[in-house]
Amino acid sequence: MLALVDQLPPLLVIVPLFGAILAALARKGPIAWGIAQIVAVAVLLIAAALLVQVYYVDTISYRIGGWAPEIGIEYRVDRINAPILLLVAAIAAAIVPFAFRSVAAELPEERQAWFYAMFLLCLTGLLGIAITGDAFNAFVFLEISSLSTYTLIALGRNRRALVAAYQYLIVGTIGATFYVIGVGLLYIMTGTLNLGLIAERIAEIESARPVLAALAFIIVGISLKLALFPLHLWLPNAYAYAPSFATIFLAATATKVAVYLLARYIFGVFGIGFISSALPVNQVLLLLSTVAIVVAALVAVYEDNVKRMLAYSSVGQIGYIILGLAMATASGVTGGYLHILAHGITKGALFAAVGAAVFRNGGSARLGDFAGIGRRMPLTMTAFVIAGLSLVGIPGTVGFLSKWYLVLGAIELGWWWLAAIIVLSSLLAILYLGRVVEVAFFREPVAATARAAEAPPSMLLTLGLLTAATVVFGLRTDLLAGSARAAAAALLGTAP
Amino acid sequence: MNLVGTLNEFVGHYNQWIVIFLMVAGLYVVVARGNMIKKLIGLSLFQTSVYLLYISPGKLLGGTAPIIAEGFTVYSDPLPHVLILTAIVVGVATLALGLALVVRINEAYGTIEEDEIFSRNDQD
Repeated sequence: MLALVDQLPPLLVIVPLFGAILAALARKGPIAWGIAQIVAVAVLLIAAALLVQVYYVDTISYRIGGWAPEIGIEYRVDRINAPILLLVAAIAAAIVPFAFRSVAAELPEERQAWFYAMFLLCLTGLLGIAITGDAFNAFVFLEISSLSTYTLIALGRNRRALVAAYQYLIVGTIGATFYVIGVGLLYIMTGTLNLGLIAERIAEIESARPVLAALAFIIVGISLKLALFPLHLWLPNAYAYAPSFATIFLAATATKVAVYLLARYIFGVFGIGFISSALPVNQVLLLLSTVAIVVAALVAVYEDNVKRMLAYSSVGQIGYIILGLAMATASGVTGGYLHILAHGITKGALFAAVGAAVFRNGGSARLGDFAGIGRRMPLTMTAFVIAGLSLVGIPGTVGFLSKWYLVLGAIELGWWWLAAIIVLSSLLAILYLGRVVEVAFFREPVAATARAAEAPPSMLLTLGLLTAATVVFGLRTDLLAGSARAAAAALLGTAP
Repeated sequence: MNLVGTLNEFVGHYNQWIVIFLMVAGLYVVVARGNMIKKLIGLSLFQTSVYLLYISPGKLLGGTAPIIAEGFTVYSDPLPHVLILTAIVVGVATLALGLALVVRINEAYGTIEEDEIFSRNDQD
């Protein structure tokens, strides 16, 4: 038993990897779905066990094959990535029930098992990025998750899904290649790929120029993956035309893991002191994230496709996260980190609600085809409203928590204008979400929604879990905020 | 004298100049071409340049293969080769997936020129 506990870090990645193979071999959609659900729950249990171990015992360092970190790959779980691992695993476990009806409706029968295989591969990649302490291993996992993501998107019904997947493939590959160029330069300068060892050796390097080039390549590369404005152009179409289930999963986890990787590099590898003395990275990130928050929200207000609206909203929400990280203060980083978790849950719930509505209204995400759907699907749209309140940042929801820390961080720095932007841009969220709510509840049903019934129980289960999470974590503020504070302290190097 | 020094510096780093040329050429093709196959070729070129970026600094002049044996103390760094073996696999997978997507796009749209596809999307 003790031995199994020691092997949990690699199991976290191996279980979904083999699950993917099994799902592909299963050939039948429902069987593959069962495998996906079992794997997701198993992964959730492993991630929870790792989190407990990190909080109550110590940071976990696992050497693959027993090789020293100098040469081999080290899996490292600490207070920074344990919550991220749990988020990804929990979201996966919570949303697989949704897939049962949604995937069966949206995909032809012979492709359903492959779809679940791709989902599990993507899960493997995302967990791998978060758990590995090796720069090149992170690249490999990044590409595993990306390649499976392209496939997930391309399986959308509309032919535009193919173009969206192709465009994401081009941009995503450029991003990943930029990242690997940066890693190569770091390897040339430090002679190691272990993130912890790179961080130690980077201080002793005489010539800073290759390190600066590495910094620039890595930041731009990861920014492409996390869709930081103005590198976000691939995201709206990818989210809009992917199958509903893929959109929920990607919106809730994929960009969040990329943000974690960025935070790890900025704070854990290069060090914020080195960065701010060498390049105006903080200022650039601050500017881009502020623009992202405002512009994306404005675009979302005028968007008529609900999925695209939420996708643009995601671009803005990623802005908040980067904003918090760029503040580089305890409150700011706590807020940014908290927003990774909060937005993952919230946007998962919103896309699940939209996915359920689309499932019942004949497959249209156009705002006009949502008319009166609130009366036909009261539970689904109530969940949408609650999750929407969390997106806006109303007290009592998890979204309030992260915005609170962000505003606090801005005020501590004396940046009142930034605090004002954070609050005012949240009001823009009321505008675009309000449009959906108005159409859904106060319009007469149209042909598409006239015969819509409440979503099936499997979808309501997912929706209920995610929506309950936004409220529970919003009321029990210590749960998430505590872990975010610990992560921020570890990132900033002020941990005891 | 100074000019000779600069020239030496330039020629001495010739491997890196090749890398940079390939990198920029590949990226340019990706950006400038509207044909989806050509874009993928550019992308592949871009990725390939990174293989050289990793491998060329791993070679030591006069170094042997990294095998422990009597009398050899200087050997090339084996790690970049292993890494790039992985990166090549990733590159092949990306290219294959990209080409598969282009085939499907061609079936769905009847063209692989980006501007034609966008104009057809606008007409829908």
